[in-house]
Amino acid sequence: MSTLRALARVIAAERQFAQPICTVRHVHVSDRPLVVIPLALSGEACAPLAAMVGDDPREPGLLLVPEPRDRDQRFAFAAELAGVAGPYIDSYAHDEPDDAPQFLLPNPAAVAFIRLLGRSTRFRRTEGAYAVPAAVPLLGRWLTFYTERAEVPPSSLMLVLTDVLAGHWATGQSPMEDQNLSAIIGWIDPPPGMTGAQAALAAEDPVRCPPAGPATDPTFDNEVLEARMLAVRTARSTGDGRALARATARMAEALRTQLEPTWTLMWRAVDLLRALPEGGHVPGRWAADCAAFGSYLDYLRGGGPPQAKRDGAVSAARRLANLERAQERLAVERAYDDSLIMAEYRMTGEAFAGTVVAAEPDRIDATGKRRVLRPRVTVETSDMVLARPGAVLTSPARPGQEAKVIEVLDDAPSQVVLELKGGMGRSLTPEPGSVPAVGERVCYATFSDRFQPTAAFPPPEETPWTHGGPPPQYVPRDEDATEVWS
Amino acid sequence: MTSAAELAERATSEILADLGRTQRGVVVDSPPGAGKSTLVVRAAAALADAGEKIMVIAQTNEQVDDLTDRLADACPGLMIGRLSGSDYIPAERVARHDTVTVSTKAADLAGCVAVLGTAHKWAMTSADAARPWAVVDEAYQMRSDLLLRVAHLFDRALLVGDPGQLDPFSTIETERWTGLTWDPMQSAVAVLLRHNPDIPVHALPVSWRLPAMAAPVVSEAFYPFTGFAAATGERERRIEFTTRPFGMNVLDQTLETAARSGWALHELPARHSMRTDAEVAAACAALAVRFLQRGAVAHSERGAASVGGSRIAVGTAHRDQAQAVRSALRQAGVTGVTVDTANSLQGREFDVTIAWHPLSGRRDATAFHLESGRLCVLTSRHRHACVVVARAGIPELLDAHPSTDPVYLNVPVKFPDGWEANQALMAHLSDYKVRAL
Repeated sequence: MSTLRALARVIAAERQFAQPICTVRHVHVSDRPLVVIPLALSGEACAPLAAMVGDDPREPGLLLVPEPRDRDQRFAFAAELAGVAGPYIDSYAHDEPDDAPQFLLPNPAAVAFIRLLGRSTRFRRTEGAYAVPAAVPLLGRWLTFYTERAEVPPSSLMLVLTDVLAGHWATGQSPMEDQNLSAIIGWIDPPPGMTGAQAALAAEDPVRCPPAGPATDPTFDNEVLEARMLAVRTARSTGDGRALARATARMAEALRTQLEPTWTLMWRAVDLLRALPEGGHVPGRWAADCAAFGSYLDYLRGGGPPQAKRDGAVSAARRLANLERAQERLAVERAYDDSLIMAEYRMTGEAFAGTVVAAEPDRIDATGKRRVLRPRVTVETSDMVLARPGAVLTSPARPGQEAKVIEVLDDAPSQVVLELKGGMGRSLTPEPGSVPAVGERVCYATFSDRFQPTAAFPPPEETPWTHGGPPPQYVPRDEDATEVWS
Repeated sequence: MTSAAELAERATSEILADLGRTQRGVVVDSPPGAGKSTLVVRAAAALADAGEKIMVIAQTNEQVDDLTDRLADACPGLMIGRLSGSDYIPAERVARHDTVTVSTKAADLAGCVAVLGTAHKWAMTSADAARPWAVVDEAYQMRSDLLLRVAHLFDRALLVGDPGQLDPFSTIETERWTGLTWDPMQSAVAVLLRHNPDIPVHALPVSWRLPAMAAPVVSEAFYPFTGFAAATGERERRIEFTTRPFGMNVLDQTLETAARSGWALHELPARHSMRTDAEVAAACAALAVRFLQRGAVAHSERGAASVGGSRIAVGTAHRDQAQAVRSALRQAGVTGVTVDTANSLQGREFDVTIAWHPLSGRRDATAFHLESGRLCVLTSRHRHACVVVARAGIPELLDAHPSTDPVYLNVPVKFPDGWEANQALMAHLSDYKVRAL
């Protein structure tokens, strides 16, 4: 945690209200996102119990598994979920889509649950023994695609709302407590007459604010759920159709009380995020998300096999390289978009902001083979300056321009002499506005959002002996779907 | 009793003999200052003598330049290539050799018997640059995914490195590949050995750098199973001061303790502090300044030499801590003292090091701050003395935070455990404690 974030947390704790730590929103929020709130049966690995799903805040769709331990009902649940998510995804499935479906989940545990659900469904066969509807393995692939994409730092395809909120506001509670959706929203936007801290305290009552899942409140399990599940089971064993319908309805009613408060909170979080202005690089990142969605759509239409359970040596290394690149780029873009994030780098000396006190906009360097335009500016700053002569800096205001440090005078305030290159037009006189003028407030950082080349890896079939040699060819088998825990 | 030199020579000849026998490769574990670069140069020379064309892979340009210089000195007639990036300016120690050709293209260096370059540069060369043998230096700091990118360039490899130093790291936190034998986040040596378990692993037995006072401590804390000994005997290395202080303030007490015993723990009062603890930064700088003011002279098997600024290093865990020490030194008007993070100090050697303990002033002991490699680097860079600067309360902090890392299936257990290594070192340092303030 940076010093600035620690300070924001202290202020939040003292003032009893969350403090903004960003000036803009760094994620894309779709006009019509699909909210998914899964609940799981405690004590079972990946046994869905219920879910509230939908893209319209006025129409929460409740999906229910009356007997979660019954494997057939699990996949019936998956088929029901596919009945909602499938048409939603299809509504974006154009050639070269310019928008993409967006999944909103309440917390990181929900992503882990969806990931397991995707894994348990994507290998299912649609014929033979234990056949499932065709929509189930398709849903599994999409859920897997989305949860894998959720690991990519700049992606907004699947958002975890507690993480997104905690990335934009600092609360006076611990990062662990921030994973409680109602607590963090309480800090940010408490009900009238309450402070954030009071609202977060109130959120600790599981009766008033049921947990956002996937784990349910143990008291609810013992005192409500157990009895109603038993009623469903009894009605089924007696074969009484009307009793079964009644018991199932009563179970659904109980689960609705657990899910509806979270449903309301999810859409409140969406409203809170929509109220923030969007960061400058967000549309570019969303375009990359849409392209990723489009290319997976093409892959599915081309009949590609489901995602492997484990990455091979080459795909793991390539994925890591891409993730690292994406993360680095995201950090730069966030700092360029947001002066509060940039302030964190200014405190560590990786960036500085100051005022131009001298400028030679027409300076020509004639020492090389040909005369080139190399204006120099002197920036006075009271920030710590780590950059030494020879370092190349970039300014968010002029990303295409390199600024080489010529000299640093370390008195307080320090003065930094910079030589500018690029982004000034082709002639030997700079285009108006391309060189900072005396008196202009500027910011320079040691990092830039310039394109970084991707690393080259061997193709998987040429995996070298150091990494176990080429992997065997994938042949789909019936056992693909089996899991140790299923 | 066999002398240190004989022990080391026997280990080296066994390694060179294995090079002639192996189908795939040889791994050599080298404790701090055990003559790793000497071995790389000797192995490269031996392979070149046997008529093999070799490539040498190191991790940084600095390391490649060092190896190039040493190989050119060791083999005067050998044609050597220095594969470089486009913005590389040949260092003086490389340019002075007539036998060394510098080029950005591997094809230009095809005639050279030995070609040296960084792993990142090799990763960008095409398969035509392939050679039968590769010698990989600092292989424990090379990540598995980087080895994957260069492995098609050679058939057999000698990997040399220090297993006690910092593991390679990634900015991405994920458990996605944990337990896979080709986990891209592990070291090059780890991935190689997991897929080729029959590759012989040797260990160099003698540290030429660490003094007799330090070798047993470092060996026990960080190399519990292989172990190593110091090449020099008791009292063979010592520090004397050319001036005497008025009275004896805490700085001088710490200096005297370090000069006498090779270790000192400069302990500040217990306090939870910011990462850039101003008092610790000031103490680190003041100690470095005091070594210079007192005119420290290091006596060793190489004779007596004054301990100048370039022979002193201050090591920290974080970059902002290093920056805080640098500004404190600048205010004192001292230049030339190396101040850097443990990551950057890997592979370097000084007479005196001052280490900012990673756990100083912390409320919790995270995996990052507990990592044994970090502490090992900080406490094994010195030829004479190491001063650890810390706030009181680290043993209590360790007791309050036993390591709770989850145990994963299919992941080899790694030794030493950071928590245990920290305890072992603190237990040793408690005998050399000087309470400051």
